[in-house]
Amino acid sequence: MEEKIKGRIWKFGGNINTDVITPGKYENLPLDEMSQYCLEPVDANFAKNIQENDILVAGENFGCGSAREIAPMALKHLKVGAIIAKSYARTFFRNAIAIGLPVLISKDAVSLCSPGDVLEIDLKQSKIKNLSTETNISIDPIDDDIFQILLKGGIFSAIK
Amino acid sequence: MNITEKILARASGKDKVKPGEIIEAAVDLALIHEKAGPGFFKNFEKLETEIWNKEKVVVVGDHAVPPSNIYSANCILETRNFVRKHGLKNYYLGKGICHQIMSEEGYVKPGLTIVGADSHTVTQGAFGAFATAVGSTEMAWIFAKGNLWFRIPEALKFNLEGPLQDMVFGKDLILKIFGMIGIDGATYKTMEFEGSAIEELSIDSRMCLCNMVVDAGAKNGIISPDEKTLDYLKNKTDSPGEVEKSDPDTNYAKVFNLDVSQLEPQIACPHSMDNVKNARDVKDVKIDQAFIGTCTGGRMEDLRAAANFLKNNKVHPDVMLVVTPASNKIYKQAMDEGIITTLIDAGAMITNSNCGACGGGGMGVLGENEVCVSTGPRNSQGRMGHTSANIYLASAATTAASAIKGKITDPREID
Repeated sequence: MEEKIKGRIWKFGGNINTDVITPGKYENLPLDEMSQYCLEPVDANFAKNIQENDILVAGENFGCGSAREIAPMALKHLKVGAIIAKSYARTFFRNAIAIGLPVLISKDAVSLCSPGDVLEIDLKQSKIKNLSTETNISIDPIDDDIFQILLKGGIFSAIK
Repeated sequence: MNITEKILARASGKDKVKPGEIIEAAVDLALIHEKAGPGFFKNFEKLETEIWNKEKVVVVGDHAVPPSNIYSANCILETRNFVRKHGLKNYYLGKGICHQIMSEEGYVKPGLTIVGADSHTVTQGAFGAFATAVGSTEMAWIFAKGNLWFRIPEALKFNLEGPLQDMVFGKDLILKIFGMIGIDGATYKTMEFEGSAIEELSIDSRMCLCNMVVDAGAKNGIISPDEKTLDYLKNKTDSPGEVEKSDPDTNYAKVFNLDVSQLEPQIACPHSMDNVKNARDVKDVKIDQAFIGTCTGGRMEDLRAAANFLKNNKVHPDVMLVVTPASNKIYKQAMDEGIITTLIDAGAMITNSNCGACGGGGMGVLGENEVCVSTGPRNSQGRMGHTSANIYLASAATTAASAIKGKITDPREID
């Protein structure tokens, strides 16, 4: 994965749960088909319109619910560049890092971003800039161990 | 230290741990099911490594058994091939829900560190074990190495004092707590339960209580073992495990002292587990389906509560009542007690033991605008089927009462 991510913003509210990210009624589909219904209950056109490196900005407790890795996997499959939320559910946060999907914590991003704005994230420097509004957005510093895992695309290659 | 800290200290070879500290814990039991992660079993083979300890791995096929489509069939096939190749003995297909298997088959013991690739692994905290969930990639790590890093969680203490009213169960207690603290009220934390109301609870109700803590964001839920716990485990396990109790001087992030002696039957309304009301205050909500099952509410206590009402009543003609015992052992016990006959005669449909309608994969999927009252753990939008469907969560008593009346009903209104 690259140290810098540049993409358009998609905004979501708080408590976006895993049943919303990957609805259960599609659980019998393989990942590539299932991911086409990602976030359908809150935005039916999300999977159709998402572009590579787009960035999700959300409120508190993103990814609450199931521990199943399918939720971050579906977002990664759609080539989501990063997620920036006020907070995360524990299992979603661990799973996302384990598969190399950047999950960043920011209390300000929701108020400083509008849908469609273009953001640039510098993972190494733990910096985010809203290029559309020329505004810097503060984030919690990314732990160096987590940064190294993200660069390697997750923990899988480290298991032996 | 509290009970969770004591277990994690032992698992990481330390005398003392404190909240916020990162430790590497040895895992005593690793649980996985057939739908834990697409490709998990194939991916593990790519590592070309052996499982760290085959005795400590439990594999269960429970989410879609028997399969109703090719994808689910392939999930079971991959699971079975993996089990055969590695010679795993602790394998259960179609025998019940993994979290029920873990206790019923004698895997859980007080003091163990249990990690499962399913959020409801936290259920085992009811026996004084540390039990939490990870995803399938981290589970591959555990399968290879037998350990995992953890952050020692801050602790919330819930002192619940009874005695409980009639028709109030573990489900009502946890829903009441959800209404108070919200679905992110315990994120990353441990929820520790104590008090006369907990002592009074059956093992089934304690499992229900701990099962749902993850939906307040908790890392684990835990109850210190007592006579009831040890009695339950006595004929199932080869050793009593390590019974831990929290030290009296333990510091908690927050202590909740709750008098639950006046608590009424509770219900979580759409579309959030913390949208909780007294069941009797939810009036004129007609239901299309009632579902009694899952790792939250498909145990003997639940089936007995339902049969108690349905022996003298019929399921309302507009309602489909689906009953899914949490395991075959429960199913057989319910047959021995005449419960299955009672439920069938009252108009219920009985399915085999599996996760059933809970996750929307089958065995009771909800259609457009349908309303369901369920003993399951989650009522998120779209979980059981169509996005427009409404799910209410309640105890089996409230669910059965609602199935009889055709609308949400306080169980105390049924004769």
